[in-house]
Amino acid sequence: MIDVAWDNFTPWSALAGGIIIGLSAAAFILLNGRIAGISGILGGLLAPQKQDVLWRVAFLAGMFAAPLIWMALADLPPIEIKAGYPALIVAGLLVGIGTRYGSGCTSGHGVCGLSRLSARSLFATLTFMAAGFITVYIIRHLIAGA
Amino acid sequence: MKFKLASFGAGLLFGLGLLISGMANPEKVLGFLDIAGQWDPSLAFVMGGAILVGLFAFTVAKKRTVSFLGFDMRLPASDRLDKRLVVGSVMFGAGWGLAGFCPGPGLVALGAGEAGALVFVVAMVAGMGLFEVIEKNRVAK
Repeated sequence: MIDVAWDNFTPWSALAGGIIIGLSAAAFILLNGRIAGISGILGGLLAPQKQDVLWRVAFLAGMFAAPLIWMALADLPPIEIKAGYPALIVAGLLVGIGTRYGSGCTSGHGVCGLSRLSARSLFATLTFMAAGFITVYIIRHLIAGA
Repeated sequence: MKFKLASFGAGLLFGLGLLISGMANPEKVLGFLDIAGQWDPSLAFVMGGAILVGLFAFTVAKKRTVSFLGFDMRLPASDRLDKRLVVGSVMFGAGWGLAGFCPGPGLVALGAGEAGALVFVVAMVAGMGLFEVIEKNRVAK
């Protein structure tokens, strides 16, 4: 029934990258006492409070620096964006509003929330994953296939 | 200063993890979300690896009131399953499935100089700004 794309399957790099993401979340909660949730860290900049801006900027600067440092040393892994600009705009708006209403995204609910065994985060993760599966099904199999 | 330094380090590590895992590549993400097509289960391993490490970290974190650098431990207290959580998560998932970007990978791809990521991130920040405006009006009422 399920047709696995074995040629694209990269379990080891996925696992290694996942462990590094986990180490980042671990370092952030254990050193700074905060949740490494990207949408929350970014969104908090739009309602800035005293003493609460620079660390957010520092975290985001670290994320920007990752591909820059990588590019200085080696070729970047592929980043293939097939969506057109209109789709990217709609997607960005949905992700921006949705993550703020839902209080989190793949990192805050998915990685950190599931790691601390939060029922609320499990519920959120199942919901956005289901919405993602359904959206891709509609786009790739109902619209494109029609 | 050490708080900001640790923040930068965590962000850097997070970005590297996204690049290594393949999660920064929207086509790879969509390959995972396309369960009815040629399905690429790789991203389940990203989540698995991250949670494996996270389980240990958060078990330790839950037992502490201050972090190892001496900052207060801010673990989310809410356990509410409300309409906001559902509606927000559905919107997020729909946007994620539409372009293959969630917030972290969007930022990393922007750092890599991808024009499409710039469009996505600008729209995402606009969406977050819209949320702040709506919230302010809701609270003011």
